[in-house]
Amino acid sequence: MIDALLLARLQFAFTVTFHIIFPAFTIGLASWLAMLEFLWLRTGKPAYESLYRFWVKIFAVSFGLGVVSGIVMSFQFGTNWSAFTEASANVIGPLLGYEVLTAFFLEATFLGIMLFGMGRVPRAVHFFATLMVAFGTLLSAFWILSANSWMQTPAGYVYEDGVFYPDSWLEIIFNPSFPYRLAHMVAAAYLSTCFIVAGVAATYLLRGRFPRRAGLTLRLAVIFASIVVPLQIVIGDLHGLNTQEHQPVKVAAMEGNWESRTHAPLVLFAIPDEEAERNRLEISIPGLASLILQHDVAGRIDGLKDFPADERPPVGWVFYSFRVMVGLGLLMLFAAWAGLYHLWKGTLESTRWLLKLYRWMTPAGLIALVAGWFVTEIGRQPYVIYGMMRTSEGVSPVPGASVGTSLALFVLVYGVVFGAGMYYVLKLIRHGPVEVERPPREGAATVRRPLSVPADTIEDPT
Amino acid sequence: MEGEWLSLVWLLLIAFAIFMYVLLDGFVLGIGILFPFAPSDQDRDAMMMSVAPIWDGNETWLVLGVGGLLAVFPVAYAIVLPALYLPFIFMLLGLIFRGVAFEFRFKADKSRRTWDRSFQLGSVVATFFQGVVLGSFVQGFEMQGEMFAGSTFDWLTPFGLLVGVALVLGYALLGSTWLIIKAPGELEGWARKVTVRLLFAVLAAIAIISVWVAFLNETIQARWFSLPNFYVLSQVPLATAVTGFLLWYTATRGHRIAPFVLTMVLFTLGYLGLAISLWPNIVPHEIPYWEAAAHRDSQLFLLVGAIITLPAIFFYTTYSYYVFRGKVGRDLTY
Repeated sequence: MIDALLLARLQFAFTVTFHIIFPAFTIGLASWLAMLEFLWLRTGKPAYESLYRFWVKIFAVSFGLGVVSGIVMSFQFGTNWSAFTEASANVIGPLLGYEVLTAFFLEATFLGIMLFGMGRVPRAVHFFATLMVAFGTLLSAFWILSANSWMQTPAGYVYEDGVFYPDSWLEIIFNPSFPYRLAHMVAAAYLSTCFIVAGVAATYLLRGRFPRRAGLTLRLAVIFASIVVPLQIVIGDLHGLNTQEHQPVKVAAMEGNWESRTHAPLVLFAIPDEEAERNRLEISIPGLASLILQHDVAGRIDGLKDFPADERPPVGWVFYSFRVMVGLGLLMLFAAWAGLYHLWKGTLESTRWLLKLYRWMTPAGLIALVAGWFVTEIGRQPYVIYGMMRTSEGVSPVPGASVGTSLALFVLVYGVVFGAGMYYVLKLIRHGPVEVERPPREGAATVRRPLSVPADTIEDPT
Repeated sequence: MEGEWLSLVWLLLIAFAIFMYVLLDGFVLGIGILFPFAPSDQDRDAMMMSVAPIWDGNETWLVLGVGGLLAVFPVAYAIVLPALYLPFIFMLLGLIFRGVAFEFRFKADKSRRTWDRSFQLGSVVATFFQGVVLGSFVQGFEMQGEMFAGSTFDWLTPFGLLVGVALVLGYALLGSTWLIIKAPGELEGWARKVTVRLLFAVLAAIAIISVWVAFLNETIQARWFSLPNFYVLSQVPLATAVTGFLLWYTATRGHRIAPFVLTMVLFTLGYLGLAISLWPNIVPHEIPYWEAAAHRDSQLFLLVGAIITLPAIFFYTTYSYYVFRGKVGRDLTY
């Protein structure tokens, strides 16, 4: 007998992990595009225009992948988690409804003008369209993270006969973990995009292509990262304290801390052994975990053993994912500040080891972001609505064979579609932010296509 | 009536959102269905360009329909989606291949054919399974209390498959009449020819399905054929016949916008016929809409948002159609 629950969980994990990459990237990219277009409008410099036209094509591909994988998500609450939906729809439903009404239509409609409207609408209107798309991505993040946070720290509800009823919409929307999660996620999305943009610029500089445009891009990215990475670390710390308050067992798993104790050590590395309820090969710094979580070396911290085994998340996943996220965060801090130092010295664009580091770190932000989601989502198991409803109670009455079939199809199709998307993005990057040709005006009949770059005209103008 | 006014308002709004989806993505999917039959590659470019700036907004109505159903009629959402698990999954996969083709096709040189096929097959598969979903929905589900109790392939019935085929024809008609408005020169003439052929097929499909539905169960039969209902309700098939005739007339006489509008009228009449047959159940033959409703506060809270945002959505959607009005240009280089 195939385990329908496990398959449904795998399917949700797979489709949401795949999906989150694209909105995360496009949240940052939309704001980046809005800034480029603003600078272009203000200064009239062709460099900003060519950078805008370059990144908007990559935006189109990513946004398209986000749209098609997002529609799948809106169906999965029903196809795979109908019991969860019946229990929670009174609370979750309107939040998702508001996301569609305020964000999805706004993004989708103005995207058309953003991609195809240049030359058809006044430039100010076009800039407005870009702004609306950027605003829409942020609104979407607001509502979906509110819904997600409510599942982590439910508030403002009445629970009766297995169904959640709304009591206070303000408490529901602004539930205890929401402000931290929203800030942490939006900053993570911006940093993911920032490091991708920096990585692409560094690659051009290493190859001596578009030195002026790539240099300009890299400078902007380094300044942005050197401010936002440390900010993100502070937000992350606050988010951690909030989690400690509401979901202490998640934090215990993140820390790999089995015993309840004062002067808890910060575990740098270990192999958590869930059967023996202890860590193997542990390397730790005494007292530091207490200091971080209680801001006091003698602070007491709950250990995993304080919770029954069937209330604990899978420790290994949470523990390792957390280390990936934090490790990459620290690496990003180093890269950002090293960049700032060389920017100040005027050697940013000629320091090859640093450019190589940026190139290698192109996906660093995205990987850290996905690892962070693993921490928070796996860390709240075994609950789908924290403390109230177990994941196993939320599943649809659909046989395992059906779920297995759909999971296999999703893996196959997403593999093909993602592969193609990556291929075209890399092709666009190879082509680069070339000089914008000024064709003679042909009137309104001409429709610009965002992605049509004739491959045979690739040459570097700088 | 046991239902509250609030649930009725939401029933109408959800029905409206789904209908908007059917009309708006219907013509985009129709373009995909007609895609391989177009006379030339240049025509295919023009066909795709006629919908590229607006398809995404059109598809969003589906998310509103299904997301809205979750929010305001969660019982129906939680029954229908698991019951039609595989058709929904196949539809979603079709929509994925259709959607990415918009982004990839213009970017591709060697693999352009692949994305042509992805666009066409994705559109056909998505449409066909939307039809299967509709057909199975009308037939009803095996229930135990408020849970679906049927099996994996209950949707695989002659009626479901017939509605699937009919919807492919119907969307193709929406697509061809859209092309009459948007297509340049010879392609417009081709679209007119296709429209006439499709029209006869669609009218035949409507006739077969209408008769089939009427005799699907006794409640529906009684609703349509008892007196005095019959006098009023028989206007629906009559209006359908008149609309069909006008569509043929305008399509062959060079009218540019009328055929598309009349096709939308045709769809409206079909939708109306369906609503008459199923009223007031949201899970056909089992659960009336007020029994599937979310809590009053939830419906009210979202209604406030809908009242504020929907006029804005109409406004900027209209603006975007206005920006991209007129015939599609032949010159498509960037």
